[in-house]
Formats: sequence, structure tokens, C-alpha cells
Amino acid sequence: MPKRFYTETHEWVALDGEVATIGITDYAQAKLGDVVFLDLPQPGRELAAGEVLGAVESVKAASDIYTPVAGTVVEVNQDLTSAPEKVNQDPYGDGWLVKLRVAGALPELLDEERYGALIREAEA
Amino acid sequence: MIRKTPLHGRHLTAGARLVEFAGWEMPQHYTSVREESAAVRTSAGLFDVSHMGRLALTGEGAAEFLQSMVTGDLARLPENQAQYTLMCRPDGGIVDDLVVYRGREWSVVVNAANRQKDFAWLRERAPAGVEVLDRTDEVALLALQGPSACALAVRLGFHQAGSLPRFGIGEGVLAGEPIVASRTGYTGEDGLELFVAPNAAPHLWDCLLELGVQPCGLAARDVCRLEAGLRLYGSDMDEETNPYEVGLGWTVRLDKGPFCGREALLRLREAPSRQLVGLRGEGQTIPRPGAAVEREGDRVGAVTSGTYSFWLGYGIGMASVVRGSVEVGADVQVASHRRSGRATVVQLPFYRRPAAAKP
Repeated sequence: MPKRFYTETHEWVALDGEVATIGITDYAQAKLGDVVFLDLPQPGRELAAGEVLGAVESVKAASDIYTPVAGTVVEVNQDLTSAPEKVNQDPYGDGWLVKLRVAGALPELLDEERYGALIREAEA
Repeated sequence: MIRKTPLHGRHLTAGARLVEFAGWEMPQHYTSVREESAAVRTSAGLFDVSHMGRLALTGEGAAEFLQSMVTGDLARLPENQAQYTLMCRPDGGIVDDLVVYRGREWSVVVNAANRQKDFAWLRERAPAGVEVLDRTDEVALLALQGPSACALAVRLGFHQAGSLPRFGIGEGVLAGEPIVASRTGYTGEDGLELFVAPNAAPHLWDCLLELGVQPCGLAARDVCRLEAGLRLYGSDMDEETNPYEVGLGWTVRLDKGPFCGREALLRLREAPSRQLVGLRGEGQTIPRPGAAVEREGDRVGAVTSGTYSFWLGYGIGMASVVRGSVEVGADVQVASHRRSGRATVVQLPFYRRPAAAKP
């Protein structure tokens, strides 16, 4: 399993070669509550780092998701259309959102430890 | 300083996601809203609602005083019965919605966010001899809701559960703990609300969970009450709205004699300017509080409450609109997350429990 990195806006990214898998963190899914709908991009779409990737709509609110890295969408998690609850149940596994072919240099991201500290601070 | 209910430790044990609500740390959800709301509709869910305000009115003249403060007619309220009612300002604006209990003493259960306001409102107006007491910390409150709620209470020794009339109040023992129970709730389902000593609440909680009752958080409570078309103070109504604008005119008994707000309500009844309607989201539309509601390009109002109902399978909401601007069946647009969504005006409530489950 490739190492995960995180953003301050609660997305995660795992890099396998030049393909990045992106999702929302466990903290984000717990805070949002039950995910109901996802608004995800079409394969082929090019995104800059930090750009809006799509939106997650939960019982509580609709929230934008930002891509941690720049790249081209190569795959979207189709299973989420019929089973959006996977985002809640397994945010780092079956609940992944999209895969991007990474373009350009990677921006600075948070590692597990720094993201954990950020969460503890947010929850304090 | 954030407040914690006597069941706080149980929420942590049950893995609740905790959130701040009206100054209290309360469970948002334990497992998921999908599971929790389904439990309420099909079997039983248990909510810790100890954050709700409990005020008692004692002394000679307590009944008459309360009668002068609420819109309902308490003279018609039999002993051991409760009544849903409102307190209004002299100008007809709603101070709070509440349940009045005529038990051993007169008491009221009010919204957590309004506890201090209501306490001051009543205390400032109470005549000599009537005392208003805040009993919130003296008693825990649990809501056991769902078609099997009463049967489960009977299993745990509260034998009169099933024979309590709707809004009836009874005293007994549940799981060995003395309780006062009322056949009330905020979910649109059959059920009981249980008043119990704070130190007995965790044991009661454990015994109910052992029978398979699903602990439910505030998120599921909000979905259930919205499905049932029940208004939420602070969202669907406030001091700037009067009962006739939010479909609560049925709680106002203008014929009962004088009470706070009566003169204004007599006038307001004639020409309410707004009305509360139900909205069913079409496709992926979820009406969200604050979203503008438009009909054929004209803004007619705004969403006051909204969420997604797993039970019904679509987004639901309530909106305050200009009276007469929309009728049941009308197509409206609701501003949604970075797009506009379609919704249909529907009759409230969205959900009515099957007749067989009624007491």
C-alpha cells in the first residue's frame, strides 16, 4: 500500500508510480456524516493542484473537494453512484474517489503525523 | 464551558461522533443516519435528549399562570397528559415551542437553545406565589422511539407502556429504575420519552441497548422529525414568525380566554403573509436551509430546514414562502451547491406512520 499524504482541506492522496488515488479522510467523512451523492469529474479532465475536483453531498451539507495534485483524471470510482456509503465505511479503501495521472512536480503535502496534529488541533 | 449529559460516557463507549449543540456536547451519529433512522422506523432507536430544558412551575396559581403564557388550552388538559403548545410574545412572535406536562406538578420541556430564555421569560412574568424552577440538571431524558418501543419498555418492566394514551404520562419502573414516561416524541413514530434520575440513566441505556435498541444521534433525530413534518425552533420558526405563518395555528386556542399574544394573534390569523410548505427534491436536489426558492424565475421564499431522507429516498425540506405563491404539486427551483435544483411542493408531513402502529 503506497504511503498516504493529506491536505489541510481533508483530502488524501496515495501515489503509485504516476497514478494518484484521491479520497476524503476519515475525519472528513465523520464530520460530514452519511454521504448521499457525489459529483465527480469525467475521465480526461485536466486539473491543477488545489482546483475543485468535485463535491460530496451528505445529509448535513454539500462540500467541495480539492485535488491535492495536478493531473488528468483517468478513473472515477463508479461504485459510489449506487453505494455512496462506501465513502463513510472505508474512506481510505473502497471509498476512494478518483485516480489522476500526475502532471508536474508534487506540491508540499502533510504526512500522517502532521495531518494527525492538525485534526487534534481542530478537535480541541 | 461545554456541558455534558449523564450519558456522555456511554456516547464515547458507543463510538459516537460528538458535536456541540446549544452549549452541549451531543452525539451527531453513532453508526450512520441511514441505519439509525431506519431503526426508528422499523424497530426502536434511543436518543439522549437530556440537553432539552425541563422547567417546573410550582405554587398556588401555577396552572393559571401557565394557561396565561401558552397558546393551548390547559383547562382541557386532563391530569397525566401532556400537550404540544407554543409561547408567544405580545406581538404574536413565537418565543418557543414546548410540551406542557400535567403530572405530579406542572412542567414544561423546552428547546435546549431556549432554556435560559424561556426560564427568564416565565420567571419575569410569574405572579407572587408561583415559582419557576430549572430542573434540567436534576433529571435525564431519553427518547425511545419506534414501533417496538412500547413492547421493549414492557419487557423491561414498565407494564403500562402499551396502554398509555398518546401524550399520556405514567409513572413506573423500567429496568429496576423509577421513571416517569410520556407517550411522546419528535420522530413521527410511536414511542416514549423517559424521565429518569441522572445516576440511573446509564443503567437504563445499557439495558435498552442489550435488547438491541439502536442508539441514535442528533442527525437522525433531525431527519426523522423533518420526515414527520415537525417544525424545529430556530430553523422553521423564531420570534419573528407567528404560529399562522408556520402551520401551527391549530395549537392556538383563541377561545380559551386571555393569554400572552392573544390580541395580536386575533389580528394575525386574518392575513398571514407567509406559509410553510414541504419540498421534495427531484433527482439529486437536497433543499438546504437558507436556499432561495423560486417559481418561474420569481423568488417566493427560502428553505428553512432540509436534508436527505434515506427512508424516502429523496431530499426533503420545508420552506417559508409568500402565502399563495405555490400550491401542492408546483415545480420550484431551489438554489443548490453551485447549481440550481428542482423540487416539487408537497403536502406535509412527508412520512406518516402506518395506522397499525398507532396507540
